[in-house]
Amino acid sequence: MSDASTAVADAGLHIHAHPTGWRRWLYSTNHKDIGTMYMVASFAAGLIGGVLSWIMRLELAAPGIQYISDPQAYNVMVTAHGLIMVFFVVMPALIGGFGNWFVPMMIGAPDMAFPRMNNISFWLLAAAVVLMLMGVVTGVGPGVGWTVYPPLSSATYHPGMSVDFGILSLHLAGASSILGAINFIVTIFNMRAPGMTLHRMPLFVWSMLLTAFLLLLALPVLAGALTMLLTDRNFGTTFFVVAGGGDPVLWQHLFWFFGHPEVYIMILPAFGIVSQIISTFSRKPIFGYLGMAYAMVAIGVIGFVVWAHHMFTVGLNVDTRAYFVIATMIIAVPTGIKVFSWLATMWGGSLTFPTPMLWATGFIFVFVVGGVTGVVLANAGIDVQVHDTYFVVAHFHYVLSLGALFMIFGGFYYWIGKMSGRQYPETLSKVQFWLSFIGVNLVFFPMHFLGLQGMPRRYVDYPDAFAGWNMVSSVGALISMASTVLFLYIVYYTLRHGERCPANPWGEGATTLEWKVASPAPFHTFETPPVITGRT
Amino acid sequence: MSVETEKKHPFHMVDPSPWPFTGTFGAFLAALGGILYMHGGTPVVFAVGLLVVLGTMAGWWRDVIRESRTGTAHTDRVQQGLRWGMILFIISEVMFFAAFFWAFFHAASPLFSVTAQKTWPPEGIEAVRTWGLPFLNTLILLTSGATVTGAHHAMIEGRRDRLVRGLAMTVILGVIFLAVQIHEFAEATFGFKEGIFPSTFYMATGFHGFHVFVGAVFLLVCWVRAAKGHFTPEKHIGLLAAAWYWHFVDVVWLFLFTWVYWWGSTLGAAPVAQ
Repeated sequence: MSDASTAVADAGLHIHAHPTGWRRWLYSTNHKDIGTMYMVASFAAGLIGGVLSWIMRLELAAPGIQYISDPQAYNVMVTAHGLIMVFFVVMPALIGGFGNWFVPMMIGAPDMAFPRMNNISFWLLAAAVVLMLMGVVTGVGPGVGWTVYPPLSSATYHPGMSVDFGILSLHLAGASSILGAINFIVTIFNMRAPGMTLHRMPLFVWSMLLTAFLLLLALPVLAGALTMLLTDRNFGTTFFVVAGGGDPVLWQHLFWFFGHPEVYIMILPAFGIVSQIISTFSRKPIFGYLGMAYAMVAIGVIGFVVWAHHMFTVGLNVDTRAYFVIATMIIAVPTGIKVFSWLATMWGGSLTFPTPMLWATGFIFVFVVGGVTGVVLANAGIDVQVHDTYFVVAHFHYVLSLGALFMIFGGFYYWIGKMSGRQYPETLSKVQFWLSFIGVNLVFFPMHFLGLQGMPRRYVDYPDAFAGWNMVSSVGALISMASTVLFLYIVYYTLRHGERCPANPWGEGATTLEWKVASPAPFHTFETPPVITGRT
Repeated sequence: MSVETEKKHPFHMVDPSPWPFTGTFGAFLAALGGILYMHGGTPVVFAVGLLVVLGTMAGWWRDVIRESRTGTAHTDRVQQGLRWGMILFIISEVMFFAAFFWAFFHAASPLFSVTAQKTWPPEGIEAVRTWGLPFLNTLILLTSGATVTGAHHAMIEGRRDRLVRGLAMTVILGVIFLAVQIHEFAEATFGFKEGIFPSTFYMATGFHGFHVFVGAVFLLVCWVRAAKGHFTPEKHIGLLAAAWYWHFVDVVWLFLFTWVYWWGSTLGAAPVAQ
């Protein structure tokens, strides 16, 4: 500890402390190193979550039981796939990874506001991953779905330790996210360079600011709900137990009060990245900047008052359902503003289509498909018919697994030169995009048909009538698997053999501050604050 | 590797620190140990994890206090950031309590839910008498809010003796509150496991009590630091944060008193016409 104490004594003077070896990472207080750790963790978790989904698709390729003889094991895979992808892949990559790397640089700040807290955010997340995986392999595993609804998640139906592992894993992940959210908000409010007003911030920074507010307000409610579930399971309270005067529907309210903002937490950073990429490769400022920023504000605010559209079948009265239908549909307005503004940015621009731009335009396509089915599902009358069918699975995978994930890839190709100093191989990367694009659309588009035909989700088997489209979907999964393997090779190739990347590889369209510093970005950037005179 | 340079920005570039990692390790052990303990295993892992977390907190905040006293790390802009951070943390705490209030109203009020109890308190439950100990505790906590504000004003006027005295009174009032609360729990006629009324009651008031404990410890640390002369009229972020936290705990109590104790024992007691 003496190291830390002496370093602390003259903390004001030594601003270049730069440990090496394992201490550089374990003790890190550098936003770029922490961002890199987030990216690595996210990719590792992504492979686990991806392997789970491929196993499920192989099982579902044909009717009958192929590989998974125990339906509980299948449910555990569904649960683990969902929780891992949401909490340990999308959030760490978009928020922890790109957010950490580029929010401070885009506002001309030397680091995050609370660098030590930044590091505990990362490590808590790592601990949460370990707890989650321990839960999956303990006993019969948590076969509860990512929504963890009681009574299935109660001690009666999941008596072992596995659900408790899941609960405490989410507690740690939640604490990590709340601390991270505080860090981002304070960084953005307090550390902008002179002249960088809120209305001059790049849209990616706006998206991270709003994401952070959603995290701050939504995750504590999940923490409260998880605590009640934990005491119901272990200490004899009856919050969700009907026999004791409780109500399982309370869990659904609390969960979705968190859960709906959570889906915007995953998609808002993607909105931010797609705005940067579209603007860069159209060689134009984003169309309707203020409208774009405040559309995200509107989506964030309305996102808190639509949660019960996930609960149209639990017996809510008609007036309540009418309200949630209308409130949900209103979100289509700011979302439409965003989609049309991206198109208007491209309209008349000097367009080029390197790999990041392919992902961004691909994002617009898949996000519009997912958004349109969202408007369909917002109707309580229709939702009652397709609730818990593959139509819902298709919808949320189009916005998240395609939308959010497309921008993890897009952000990776856009920024890898800045992060590693080496540029990705263009042709191979375009092949990877097209493989992915074709693969995931083959996986998920047929699910719309299956859902409308009435195929329920979360079952290991299905009637023969659904065989055709399920086979198509599984072939798509194989193609997306090939694209993932190719992506791993591209990462290896880029880091090992990629061409040296100049400070700004994208030309005049790339105006934000991160392109003003060398590639790879030096360990410390903007130690002398830049002066900002206009929108970047 | 340290190079001395003149800092050109007002921000605090924190040196590498072991505490985030040790804290996480402790939290992981506590979580793992907690699960083992809840399922009939040994409490040792849980206890060790908790100790590691407590040790980390001590070390981490010791570093923060030292940094604040170098005179260069905590510039005005950094102090502004710390104030923002505390406000945001309190907002997240408010949302944590929102979940428990939601559970309470879901069970107690037909306005919230069709599955609410037909009467509240439910048949066979005798609620705590509102104008007895809970009202006494309200007065104690409100008084402590006044004493902590008095202490803060004494700080601004630079009167350290009154600052120390104000903090001491606040901490003592907090401890009395907790003692009364524990007595109230012990006297209550309903047990922790006896249905939805005790579930919502003990969860909300219990977590509030824990927050009173945390706030009192925070103020205790400020008391010691005030006695050592750590605070100045211009710069006393720790004291400010503790005072804000105490007021937050105070306001949560007012909601608990109004709804869970008062409304929940009398106004909500009439049978609901269906």
